[in-house]
Amino acid sequence: MNEPLLRVEGLKKYFPIRSGLFSRVSGQVKAVDDVSFVVNEGETLGIVGESGCGKSTTGRMLMRLLDPTEGKMQFNGKDMMKLSDSEMRAARRDIQMVFQDPYASLNPRHTVERILMEPLNVHNIGKPEDRKKKVYDLLEIVGLSAYHAKRYPHQFSGGQRQRIGIARALMTNPKLIIADEPVSALDVSIQAQVLNLMQDLQEELNLTYIFIAHDLGVVRHISDRVAVMYLGQMVELTDSETLYDKPLHPYTQALLSAVPVPDPEFEREQVVISGDVPSPANPPSGCRFHTRCPFRMDICDKVVPKFAEVQSGHSVACHLYEESRPQ
Amino acid sequence: MGEKKVVLEVKGLKTSFFTDDGEVPAVDNVDFQIRQGEVLGIVGESGCGKSVTSLSIMGLVPSPPGKITGGEILFQDKDLTKLKEKQMRQVRGNDVAMIFQEPMTSLNPLFTIGDQLREAVKIHKRDWSKKQIQERAVEMMGLVGLPRPEALMKNYPHQLSGGMRQRVMIAMALLCDPKVLIADEPTTALDVTIQAQILKLIKGLNDRLDMAVLMITHDLGVVAETCERVIVMYAGKVVEEGPVRTIFKNPQHPYTKGLLASVPDMRFKKDRLYSIPGNVPKPGTIKTGCKFAARCEFAFDRCLVENPELYQTEEAHQTRCFLYDEKEVKPDERTFVKS
Repeated sequence: MNEPLLRVEGLKKYFPIRSGLFSRVSGQVKAVDDVSFVVNEGETLGIVGESGCGKSTTGRMLMRLLDPTEGKMQFNGKDMMKLSDSEMRAARRDIQMVFQDPYASLNPRHTVERILMEPLNVHNIGKPEDRKKKVYDLLEIVGLSAYHAKRYPHQFSGGQRQRIGIARALMTNPKLIIADEPVSALDVSIQAQVLNLMQDLQEELNLTYIFIAHDLGVVRHISDRVAVMYLGQMVELTDSETLYDKPLHPYTQALLSAVPVPDPEFEREQVVISGDVPSPANPPSGCRFHTRCPFRMDICDKVVPKFAEVQSGHSVACHLYEESRPQ
Repeated sequence: MGEKKVVLEVKGLKTSFFTDDGEVPAVDNVDFQIRQGEVLGIVGESGCGKSVTSLSIMGLVPSPPGKITGGEILFQDKDLTKLKEKQMRQVRGNDVAMIFQEPMTSLNPLFTIGDQLREAVKIHKRDWSKKQIQERAVEMMGLVGLPRPEALMKNYPHQLSGGMRQRVMIAMALLCDPKVLIADEPTTALDVTIQAQILKLIKGLNDRLDMAVLMITHDLGVVAETCERVIVMYAGKVVEEGPVRTIFKNPQHPYTKGLLASVPDMRFKKDRLYSIPGNVPKPGTIKTGCKFAARCEFAFDRCLVENPELYQTEEAHQTRCFLYDEKEVKPDERTFVKS
C-alpha cells in the first residue's frame, strides 16, 4: 500500500464554554477528542454516529473550516497544520465538501452558472471562456442539462439541488470529497439516485470520499471502511463487511440492532440500550460508553480504553478486547 | 384480527389547498379503516398527503388555505368533518390524540412539563380535583418510562433531551385514554438508539392499552417493525394497502416495488441501488391518468388517460394499478409508453 491520501493523528477540538459577567471560560465541550485515522486513495470512508458524536466537527476540521485544538493532519504528503492561509486556500482545491441541506448551501440570488463558476474564479482555474464550458460539462455529468445553468436554485427539486451541490464540489477537480449527510434531507427514491451518482462519479474520476451520515444502511451501501464515533471519540473502525456482520464494540452492536430493518419477517436479538447520550461538556470518566454499556466491567469507569487494532485492519476501543490484542 | 371492531373509518376523504394557482388536492379520495388495538402505517414520500390525512382527522388542517372538500371521517357514529370546532375540541385529545415529529416545537417553552400535562387533563376532565389531576399526570409519566415523575414535572422542556420530550408528548397524548393515537413521524428527529426506545414504548402501549395507532412515517424500516397493516400513498392517493408481511414480501404496485428496492439494507450490500427515475410530481400537476405513470416502467397507453381504481388482488390486499385489473388486456396487446 502506498502512503495514504489523508492521515489524521490525535485530532482534537474543544469548544470553550463561557459564562458569568466576564465570559470567563468555565469549561470545555470536547466535541472531538483524540481521533486518528487514515484514508486511502480511491476509497470511501464512512463515519457514523448519533447527534453530538463529533462526526460533523471532524469533517469541518479536515476542511479547516474549523481549526483543530490539537492534532496532525497530513494530506497528499503535506502537513495541513503548517500551511498559511493562502496555501490552505490552494490546498482546498483538492478537498471539497458536499453539505446536507441543498436548500441552505446554495445562494438563492445566484444562477446555477454563477454558483458553479465561483470555485473556478476563486482558484483562478482555466481561461474565462473555458470556464463556461466546464460548467455545462459538469451539469451533464451530474445528470442535469446545460439549459439549467440560467436557472436559480429555487427552481429545482431537492434531489436536483443536491446534484448542483455535487457539481460545485467537482468544479476544481478535487481528490477528496467530504460529504456531510448528503442524502439525509432527500426522499428515499431520490436518495437512491444521488447515491448511485456519487458511486459512478467515484469510479469515473477516481475520487476519495469521506461520507458522514447517521443512516447506517446508507453508510454500508457506499463505504469501503466505516468508523463509528461516540461522544467525540472513535470506538470502532474496520471494513464495512466486518463492521456490520461482526461488530465488536458494544456501542456498535447496540447501534446496529437499533436500526429498523425494512423486513417484517426479520427477527433478531435487540440490544436496546437505555438512557441518553451524556453531555460532551462533562463526559463520563474512563470509557465514555460505560454509563450505557450492557457489558460494563470494573475497569471501565476508571481507565480510558486504547483505540487500537485487535485484528488486522480492525480497531476497537474497548476493554473487553484488551487481551486479544496483538503485541 | 378481523373480528375487532372498527374505531375510525375514513371514507372518500378529499382535502385541498386553495392557492393563487387554484385548487391543489393534497389528499384525493382516501379510504381506510383502523380497528381497535391495531397499528396501521401510512407510508410515502414528502408531499404524498400522509400528514394532511392525519391533520384532517384531527380537524387541524390550516384553514384557509386548506379545506376538507369531501368525504367522511367516522368515529363512534360521528362524522368528524361535520363537527363544530367546539364539539371537535371534545374529541381532540380526548378520543383521538396526536404526537408530532418535533417534540420541542409542540411543547410550550415557557411552562413547566407539569403545567402542560395538568392543563391537558383539566380541559377534558372539568370535575376532577387538583389531586386527581396531579396523580393522573404522574401515573402517565411513569407509564411512558420517565424516571422521577414528580421532580421532572417541575422542569421546563429545554431541560429534557429529545427522547424524554417525546416521552412527555406521548404521556400527554395518553392522559385521557384515547381510542386512537396518531403518531406523525414520531421518531424522525431522534437518534437511532432513542428511536428504538420510543418505538418499543409505542408498541408496548398499543398492546397494553388496546389502543389503535396510526403510524405516519417515511421510513419503511419503522413500518416493518411496528405495523400490522400498511397504506402506501403517492401524490394524494392510496396506491397500495395490505398486511405488512404481504406488502414487503410481495409488493404489487410499481411504486411500492421501487420504493422497497431503493432502500439500502443494512444487512447486506447491494452493488447498485434501484432508483425510481424522475421526481415526485408537484401536487395538482397531474390531472389525468395514473399519477405514477410518468415514472413507471410498466406504464402503457391506458395509464395516461384513465384513473386506476383500487383492485383487490389478494385477501385484504389492494393495489391501484391497471396491471391488476382483470379486464385488462394481455401484456402483448398493450402499447407501452416510453417514460
